[in-house]
Amino acid sequence: MNWMQSRRMRRRLNLVSIYVIICLFAIFFLFPISYMAITSFKTNQEIESLKGIPFLIQRGATLEHYRDLFQKTDFLVYFKNTAQVAILATIISMCISILAAYGLSRLAFFGSGAIATGIFLTYLVPESLLFIPLFKIVGSFSLLNKKWALLLVFPTAIVPFCTWILIGYFSAIPRQLEEAALVDGANYLQMLFRVFLPVALPGLVAATLFAFTLSWASFLYPMALIYTSNEQVLTAGVVSTLIRGDVYHWGGLMAGALMACLPPVIFYVFLMDYYISGLTAGATKG
Amino acid sequence: MGTSQDFVETERSPQMRDWFIETARAIIRPKPLTGILMCLPLFFLIIGLIVYPFFYSIYLSMLNKRETAFVGLENLGFLLGYDTFRLVIRNSVVFTFTAVFFKASFGFILALAINALPIRGQRIWRGIALIAWVMPLSLSTLGWWWIFEPTHSALNWLLVQLGISPKPWLSDPFWARFATILVNVWFGTPFFMIMFLAALKSIPQMFYEAAAIDGATGFQRLHYITLPMLKNIIAITMLFSTITTFANFDIVRVLTRGGPRDATHLFGTYSFQLGIQGGDIPLGAAVSLFMFPILAVSAFFILRGVRRSIQ
Repeated sequence: MNWMQSRRMRRRLNLVSIYVIICLFAIFFLFPISYMAITSFKTNQEIESLKGIPFLIQRGATLEHYRDLFQKTDFLVYFKNTAQVAILATIISMCISILAAYGLSRLAFFGSGAIATGIFLTYLVPESLLFIPLFKIVGSFSLLNKKWALLLVFPTAIVPFCTWILIGYFSAIPRQLEEAALVDGANYLQMLFRVFLPVALPGLVAATLFAFTLSWASFLYPMALIYTSNEQVLTAGVVSTLIRGDVYHWGGLMAGALMACLPPVIFYVFLMDYYISGLTAGATKG
Repeated sequence: MGTSQDFVETERSPQMRDWFIETARAIIRPKPLTGILMCLPLFFLIIGLIVYPFFYSIYLSMLNKRETAFVGLENLGFLLGYDTFRLVIRNSVVFTFTAVFFKASFGFILALAINALPIRGQRIWRGIALIAWVMPLSLSTLGWWWIFEPTHSALNWLLVQLGISPKPWLSDPFWARFATILVNVWFGTPFFMIMFLAALKSIPQMFYEAAAIDGATGFQRLHYITLPMLKNIIAITMLFSTITTFANFDIVRVLTRGGPRDATHLFGTYSFQLGIQGGDIPLGAAVSLFMFPILAVSAFFILRGVRRSIQ
């Protein structure tokens, strides 16, 4: 009896210490985001003042920074550009990835295994290795400082990854399904649309989410390729144009950064499980 | 008796059908051609926008500043003898290994902690942690930039309240390096946590039950079951993160722009500063190519690890 009680006590103590660890990490992860939000609702006077507690809004909240963001800056231009480029880049990349993943996982041809490995390797090539030659190449097409140039370079980061995870999802589809479709006289395109895409829908959603998030978050390519406001996207636009002029711009800057984060975060909140399955599939399936 | 015969019948007929379909398909459909056609857009993309640029970058790195003459390895030689660039190499290595070490450690602790919770509670914590990873890094780094602001912001205020002297976060080389690493750990830990958590879930529960019967302590279970089972995924995730950390651009660009006095530059940011901002494309290309060896080594081991985990 005594032994049972001490055992239960110990288990409860364990659980408490686990919650303490997790809460510390949760504070660490959420602190920057909540502090950004708090700052964006503070008046300039409060941000400027050296009195008071930085974590609290003590002199009244204001929407002034958000109003200024939409009315006085190019934020909405950036937003429109980002949405256009991210959506189109996602569509283009997904078309290329789906076709290739289907071809590589099911219509095995000579060397398709080696090619799948090659794709995995290109997925490891980082943007910071490619941006200088791509800058020259984009320049030679006279596409410098045009947002559509981003449609050319974004897929380099997205397609290898999406193809790689889609190969994993497609390979997991049972052969019998494919054969049943063949017996019914389906051709390869019908099979792709009627069998593979519906069955691998979770993988498809995960890959699309990644494509969209990566395009939305891309920072180096717009920094290198685009330099005027009317062609700029959110990441580079917020970082390079909202930081300027007066010293106490923090409220506006935080408002801009948070608003710019919103679309990927909203998608994430609703589709978290797809993110996680795609993330773990990226490194383990193949 | 009847049942066993049925069993044999149903066993055999799908095999016959499979064989029939396989043969019919092999005869009728020109599979390889369709497969290659479907991969063509991918080939164009990879060759035109990844492989060709890579070799073009090597070519570019061998030109003079105005790209009018071929100078061979002069740029590489110049960089190796240049103090600032040596600092960039040293800083990149310190940044990468410190950040990867802490990301892996924190990710592991967090994964173990979350895995020990009741199943229903796990989802919400996993979700909270991953938000840091979903936000565009350049924008969340702006938030950190504000946190590190020395006079009006939260961090130094907190230090003063705790009786610690405030720090010049982004203007002192040591603290600036610390800050860039901290932001990278903040951003990257959730990725490790998710990978480790998925791997923890794949360990068969009976191992732990057997260990419990044998009276193993918590530490023994960790040492003899969890770690060996997770070895491969830990290695893959760390190598993978080594590549992305080494090639990072956003954090340093937003937080310090490489300063103070070029003390926090990574290859990516330094290459951007020389190549795009300074207009010396060949030198910028040469800087970025220095990343290649460590990337190639990591990629080699990742590939080996992934192959092993499939088998």
